[in-house]
Amino acid sequence: MKTPQQMSKKDYEALGFKSGIEIHQQLRTQRKLFCRCPNTHYSPGYDAEIMRHMRPTLSELGEYDGTALMEFKTRKEIIYRISRHTVCTYEMDDTPPFMLNQEALDIALQVTMLLGCNLVSEVHIARKQYLDGSIPTGFQRTTILGVDGRIPFKGRTIGIRQLGLEEDACREVSDRGHVRTYLTDRLSIPLIETVTEAEMTTPTEVAEVAQLLRTLTRLTGRVKTGMGAARQDVNVSIRGGERVEIKGVSRIPMIPALCHYEALRQKALLEIREILRKRGVTKETIADECRDVTAVVRRSHFTPLQQSLAAGQRAFAVKLPGFAGLLNYETGPDVRFVREFSGRIKVIACLDRQPNLVYSDSPEPTLASRLWERLLRDMEAGEQDALVLVWGPERDGRTAAREAVLRARDATVGVPNETRKSLKDGTTVFERILPGPDRMYPDTDLPPLPITSERMERIRTTMGPRPWELIECYHAKGVPEHLACDLLLDARRDLLDALLGLPGTNPVEATVFVGQTLRALRRCGAVLDDAAQHRMVQLFSLFLQGRFAREVLPDLANAVVSEPAVEVAELVQRMVPATVPASRLADEVREALSGKEWRRPGHAQREFLVAMGFVMERLRGAACGKEVAEVVRALQSGKGVTP
Amino acid sequence: MSIDVRKDQFKGYRGPALEALKRFSVGVWSDVEVESSRGNFKGIILPRSETADDRHIVMKLRNGYNVGLDVSTLTAVRETGYREAHYKIPEKAFPFDPVKPNVILYGTGGTIASRLDYRTGAVIPAFSPGELYGSVPELADICNLQTEKLYGVFSENMGPEQYIGTAQAIGRAIAEGKDGVVIGHGTDTMHHTAAVLSFMVQNSPIPIVLVGSQRSSDRPSSDAALNLINATKTAAESDLAEIMVCMFGPTSDEYCLLHRGTRVRKMHSSYRSTFRTIGDIPLGMVDPECVVTFRDDYSKRRKDRNVIIDPVFDDRVSIVYYYPAMKPDIIDALVDNGYKGIVIAGTGLGHVNKPLYPALKRACDRGLHVYMTVQTLWGYVQMYVYDTGRDIMELGVVPAANMLPEVAYMKLSWALGHTHDREEVKRMMLTPIAGEITEREPHDGYLIYQGGIPEVEEFISKYRK
Repeated sequence: MKTPQQMSKKDYEALGFKSGIEIHQQLRTQRKLFCRCPNTHYSPGYDAEIMRHMRPTLSELGEYDGTALMEFKTRKEIIYRISRHTVCTYEMDDTPPFMLNQEALDIALQVTMLLGCNLVSEVHIARKQYLDGSIPTGFQRTTILGVDGRIPFKGRTIGIRQLGLEEDACREVSDRGHVRTYLTDRLSIPLIETVTEAEMTTPTEVAEVAQLLRTLTRLTGRVKTGMGAARQDVNVSIRGGERVEIKGVSRIPMIPALCHYEALRQKALLEIREILRKRGVTKETIADECRDVTAVVRRSHFTPLQQSLAAGQRAFAVKLPGFAGLLNYETGPDVRFVREFSGRIKVIACLDRQPNLVYSDSPEPTLASRLWERLLRDMEAGEQDALVLVWGPERDGRTAAREAVLRARDATVGVPNETRKSLKDGTTVFERILPGPDRMYPDTDLPPLPITSERMERIRTTMGPRPWELIECYHAKGVPEHLACDLLLDARRDLLDALLGLPGTNPVEATVFVGQTLRALRRCGAVLDDAAQHRMVQLFSLFLQGRFAREVLPDLANAVVSEPAVEVAELVQRMVPATVPASRLADEVREALSGKEWRRPGHAQREFLVAMGFVMERLRGAACGKEVAEVVRALQSGKGVTP
Repeated sequence: MSIDVRKDQFKGYRGPALEALKRFSVGVWSDVEVESSRGNFKGIILPRSETADDRHIVMKLRNGYNVGLDVSTLTAVRETGYREAHYKIPEKAFPFDPVKPNVILYGTGGTIASRLDYRTGAVIPAFSPGELYGSVPELADICNLQTEKLYGVFSENMGPEQYIGTAQAIGRAIAEGKDGVVIGHGTDTMHHTAAVLSFMVQNSPIPIVLVGSQRSSDRPSSDAALNLINATKTAAESDLAEIMVCMFGPTSDEYCLLHRGTRVRKMHSSYRSTFRTIGDIPLGMVDPECVVTFRDDYSKRRKDRNVIIDPVFDDRVSIVYYYPAMKPDIIDALVDNGYKGIVIAGTGLGHVNKPLYPALKRACDRGLHVYMTVQTLWGYVQMYVYDTGRDIMELGVVPAANMLPEVAYMKLSWALGHTHDREEVKRMMLTPIAGEITEREPHDGYLIYQGGIPEVEEFISKYRK
């Protein structure tokens, strides 16, 4: 299977790769969205537990949602861990919501305007069903504030489908068998959801757009940062495939690999569909029949099965006609088609011990071949067919067998509409069936809230710049575009502005100073307070006046921070040696090299670097590197320099 | 379909919003493309809640979200289609099994399975056995269910007419040989109804279980289904031939408590575990697996059908919740308006201030029946401890032991439905019928643990709330 590095833009184009993202960004407010709990840090501690079950309900338009029914089949006990400090009876769903947090609404409206969306005039709170239990009510209170925005991206635009304001969900602690446990500390923190159109055409573009949108929200200074404060859902499809949603990607650098392998997974699924079509397999030819084969496999030495049966559980077999060999089909790097079956069974039948199934043509040793032969004979399976064997408590085992049939039927259609969970290696596993709009219904607990023109005007006049506007602005001041992009989120962008305002400034040097020199300093633990910043401006000003060479700038910056009591001019005085006059330069270079082993016969470039190293150690700040280099090269070529 | 023949085409709209719909020749359920000064939108026009303002139209966008659009921003609205919503709770015939008990579910207006009503934004119950089977299929494992809608009112609108009708309906169910009765009821006044039915329906041979939900059944985390399953199980299988309330014990989806109808009270405005037995322990608990009783002094299930249905009610009774500095004109007003009975919820052991004395004396002299209960809810009225109490009794006010104020109200209304004879009313009031007065209060009849205390926190950390 090809790696992301082996695929070009053209290759993705040939696949018909399309992707859009949903960015969930927590807001930095005092309180949560619908109650007065503090919007603070996560804390894994808890002092009580409550338990809930989730049942599907009818949506406003009178339909049950597919995901809802699937989750109901799983019959999970949901445990919530709650702490009196972060959660009140609202999050527990034992108190109706309080009025929508106006601070959060203002921030969300600000971002909606920054994205150029069409704004709604009245906010209606909706309930979006989540039967996985991630919210104790069984639904997320969510609103939509704007639709159809556009942002510039690489000479074209990317559509913003919608922007919503909603409450965050719980953090999952564990999911074992029929019990799923959540921590509630994150629950109900306000977040905005920005949804783009599926207009990105390569995995790299997806990450770039994600970064751009993240920058846009961060520039407001009113969103949370840090682990888990922003999470992306990535939607991927290829031509002939289906929209598949990869949920909760917290690191943007992971996005390209996830998109890439999802596209190839869909390609593989479409290839499998073609093979099935050729073999005459359709939904109808796959019978929904499972057989209790406990008696047949009772003597098997295959450990997982043996343990299960010893505990009084049962084993079930299903026949997948025309599937011979297909479960081994490669759908990802070191991933076979069988993972699709195993993932569904894990989630829906709650059989989470791996392996949770075996199949007749598996390359790994499973059941003894005589047992497989017996099963194949009993189930009247031919050479073209595959058998899948599952085991577990009777009810779960039957659910698992049925799920295998349903997944096999999906294979005849191609790519199932589903949400998937990302793994570290860039591949994904089944999470749940993709929900539709049927899971939305109005929240009857809160009245609609009009957004007045006055409010919009107030926000519009204070909403601040968009990243592309800032980049353009810096670009106009002479800062190279790629450096400007990098600096937008820098905490000391105001310092850059000050440096750019100095007489006779050098935009490139200023940007490198702030974006590299000072950033490196901060990474080593230096604190740049306002006073230090002021001193940095003085320092850079001296540099612009030609008081010292660029090479000593890092050392001087370090001294400016570590010796706050000493005047900047004094530090320069002390640390910068007097400039070597041009007439002395050659002598100084020779002296610096005398007694040093700098010759590297046959390796001119390396020799040059070694020599420069010795010379600059002595002359740093006292001579211009460029001139020193000329002298060194002359020495190398043996021309020597006239004294 | 042309606009003008559509039913309820402007449902909930009025004023400028209604005019706008008419101006653009669109209506509710129109699939539209809207141009406005705030941008373009596509979606379906929804009915508007009648309590919402008249300046916005509500649209359901393609993504499922609802938004409101200010009609003054609209520049063009084009209808591209029409899509009326049909609510349908999946309906399946409720199976019949001759060996299973027969239970009737009476509806008074609570929600068990439900859909939304756009007009009010409220929730409309689904109720037929088929609808219930579609949404709570577990019921078919318990019994053969029959349903009958008695009323469709919110619980705050329950009153004498509904009490009497419900008592009579219970009588019919018992006569028909039903094995249990479940009554779906809004939770706000469920304990009032439970109390009055305890007097109107005496000596029942079968369980009569009131049930409702604190979280409406249109939400996935609703307590409705489990409450209904547990109530039905209690009605079908338990030995408790009592009037009971069956509602969540903890807030977790674990079990329900069975509270005696005369000792139960709603104690939290929104918690699932809001119903508590006051001054005693509950009759038992129930989960989908079994019913467990905590005591044996309850009426046992019988084969006979000898129930007494005694549905009378005099609504000229009031509860007066005493507060410091209350003025006597409150009492005078009741007397002058023809009230026949007053239940006072007094402070402490049953006290009111001195300025009220002449008014209370005047009330008793005019033939009103005045009873004293305690606003502490837990504990007995004891009017001998302080002189104040003795003085008040001398005015003619009768202490009502440990009857809860609402229960005393219901009992007095019921008693006055029979007679206005002072002594006879007093005899009826003070003779316990269904546990409304108990002879003794066990030590665990009053347990309100305070959070923060280390041992309480330890308990909470071990058991799910």
